[in-house]
Amino acid sequence: MDAEWAMTGLIMVPLAAAIVVYVTATRFVAAWGVAVAMLQTGLTFSLTRSILQSGPVQVPLGGWEAPLGIPLYADGISALMLIMTTLVGVTSTCYAAAYFSSLQRDPRRSSSQPSIQTFWPLWLILWSALNALFLSADVFNLYVTLELITISAVALIGLAGKAQALVAAIRYLFAALMGSLFYLLGVALLYSTYGTVSWHLLAETVQPDVLTWCAASLMIIGLLLKTALFPLHFWLPAAHANAPAPVSGLLSGLVLKASFFVILRLWFYVFHPVMPASAGWMLSVLGSAAILWGSIQAIRQQRVKLMIAYSTVAQVGYLFLVFGLACEPMGMLAWRGAAYLAFAHASAKAAAFMVAGSLMYMVGSDHLDRWEGIGRREPKLIFTLALAGVSLMGLPPSAGFIAKWLLLNAAIGHGRWEVAAVIVLGGLLAAVYVFRIIGVSLSSAVPMPEVAPVPRMMRWAPLVLAMAVIVGGIVTTEPIRLLEIGAPPIAAREVAP
Amino acid sequence: MTIGGVLIAALVGIVSYAIWTLPAQSAGLADAAAAELERSGVSNPVTSVLLNYRAYDTLLEVTVLWLAVLAAMVLVGGWSTGVGQISETQNPVLRGLVRLLTPLMILVSGYLLWVGGHAPGGAFQAGAVLGSAGVLLLLAGVDWTRKVPPWGERVLLTMGLTTFMVVGLGDMLLEGVFLEYPPAYAKWLILIIEAPSGLSIAAALIALFLGGRLRCRHIMSEQMSDEGVS
Amino acid sequence: MTYPTLYAICGVVLFGIGFYGTVFCRHLIRKVMAVNLMGAGVFLVMIALAARTPSGAPDPIPHAMVLTGIVVAVSATALMLALIRRLHHQTGLTELPDQMEH
Repeated sequence: MDAEWAMTGLIMVPLAAAIVVYVTATRFVAAWGVAVAMLQTGLTFSLTRSILQSGPVQVPLGGWEAPLGIPLYADGISALMLIMTTLVGVTSTCYAAAYFSSLQRDPRRSSSQPSIQTFWPLWLILWSALNALFLSADVFNLYVTLELITISAVALIGLAGKAQALVAAIRYLFAALMGSLFYLLGVALLYSTYGTVSWHLLAETVQPDVLTWCAASLMIIGLLLKTALFPLHFWLPAAHANAPAPVSGLLSGLVLKASFFVILRLWFYVFHPVMPASAGWMLSVLGSAAILWGSIQAIRQQRVKLMIAYSTVAQVGYLFLVFGLACEPMGMLAWRGAAYLAFAHASAKAAAFMVAGSLMYMVGSDHLDRWEGIGRREPKLIFTLALAGVSLMGLPPSAGFIAKWLLLNAAIGHGRWEVAAVIVLGGLLAAVYVFRIIGVSLSSAVPMPEVAPVPRMMRWAPLVLAMAVIVGGIVTTEPIRLLEIGAPPIAAREVAP
Repeated sequence: MTIGGVLIAALVGIVSYAIWTLPAQSAGLADAAAAELERSGVSNPVTSVLLNYRAYDTLLEVTVLWLAVLAAMVLVGGWSTGVGQISETQNPVLRGLVRLLTPLMILVSGYLLWVGGHAPGGAFQAGAVLGSAGVLLLLAGVDWTRKVPPWGERVLLTMGLTTFMVVGLGDMLLEGVFLEYPPAYAKWLILIIEAPSGLSIAAALIALFLGGRLRCRHIMSEQMSDEGVS
Repeated sequence: MTYPTLYAICGVVLFGIGFYGTVFCRHLIRKVMAVNLMGAGVFLVMIALAARTPSGAPDPIPHAMVLTGIVVAVSATALMLALIRRLHHQTGLTELPDQMEH
């Protein structure tokens, strides 16, 4: 009973708050955001506890069981994704509250007054849609939530209003809509073959024939476009780098994970028995290419936000290594690693983008040469960036280290030395771009730069997030235990001789 | 470009072949849906799916429409970008047509809403017809949006979603599950959801036409006034 | 070949034409139309394949899904048009710039 209320609440509370702040046009809109954040924390906590105690939860919405109705379903990995969303969501909410109220008070910057009001309903709808996606047990319902996420994400990029941001938003929107329609065509084929859109039922009946293979390919290609796996990442850097400061972190941290989560669900819970191992291997090859290409591009950039955006391209590559590694006996390790990396990357990348946003707010630019010496004025922000960087590089103690360690172990266990090499090389390349930013900002060659004051919350929110990444590298038994609840069938394969 | 075309043609070919292999007959969920129709509160199977079995999808879909209005408001924001300007027409044919059609369209929209329970129709169809009546009036230069207060605009756009959520949570208090209608009241609850949803959908479509707001600027275009003089 | 299969294959062809247009058309309004064509193709596939019931009365679930899909498509189209309108107002562009200037 508790879990049912928690699941419904996680979706409906932000949506209801979005309506309230829109209809009442209240001045205390940020307070509503913070109230939602607190409620979401409580609900996530309660749901996670209930899953840890009594296993996966299923709620048949409307009282109709699948295949007729749409159930909500939460298992360990959904809980981990919800914790990720709540963590990034709560800190982003506090950050955005400070950011926008400071914009409003500053007469030089308040050119976009009305859009500040609109940030909140858009973000609250996005939050609700993310939770809805992580709790969905229905592939058509997943399509609707994916569209909600796309439309709110594009509108949030559009808040920036500059021509560059508009071009990036349009490119992103076309890519994402194509992706959605590929996915929807796959859903249409699946329904016409199996007469259901519940992934639980599909998992029981799926057959290795040309239709299933076609449907799976269409759905996964569509989702790859939305997750920006190399070479389909063309839209990502500009879109994420040109978004407003509080939005970039949400896009890189959460929106990408949504479509990745759908791939993970479909692949491991539905299509795993019928997909050829070579298909998974192909995704891993693309992932490896993404790690190298994204890291090299990140090193070449002059703008910090672009650098962080290209780093996302690389880190998305790591996530896809699991599809090649999970086909073989060490699969469970890789699966845990990928799920944990999604969490680690979301927190670290959101923290990095928040720091970049704060520093950009102070200096008025994110060009690296304008950041010279800024670390001596803002040591806390640069320290936060370094903590996030530790996780991106995969150094201990951080959640990123644990995740990459699991992936590395799986790769070595399979004798896939080339994958192991890419994992290590990607970490080294990440060190190059992280240290480049930190080195320039700590440079003592220039006098300490003059900067605009920044609200205190814009320093604390990213620090909290970065600390969470470090804590995630120390406290690991609970999350790993959570991931075992409702783990896909590869778990059984691991214990089998 | 040619290579792209060939690749896309190959994709179309493979998917078409896959469809070719489908069995000629398949019941899908038609029988399951028909078996529960009694309990769903309506006798039109599509409405029973939309507002009962898969009502949650419909709730999210109403959200998508509102979200699009918010997005358009952020991006276009009304008149400043040249969207949402209307001009009064002196064209007697258009004025006569609008005078004739508007009441009829409102009537048809109400009919579609009611008939949705047992025949093709429902909130979306009703909302689409009502919305086009509103747009038609604007095209003829009748600025009815002036009569809508600012809070009325916001209430109109969200009343469908609000009602949907309130009914859903009410069901949850009574039956324990979100959107689980007590079967005896299902028919009326569906109608309670559909009526404000239809209005919200109409308002959203008109707002999208006007660039995200239920506001427009009335301008006297020279061409139009010339026409009037002649 | 039965009628539903024929219509469904037509839907796939429409999807392909729309996909081609979305990728290769330069003008943004054409791209919008192409995306809508892709959507129409998918909807046609769903509606056509829903007609394969033995009883002859079509399966209502894909019909409801298509209704949902249409509303989503309308919303997405509105967003595309709003973005394009804003871009045109701000820069006069009707095509996306070639160079990926960030």
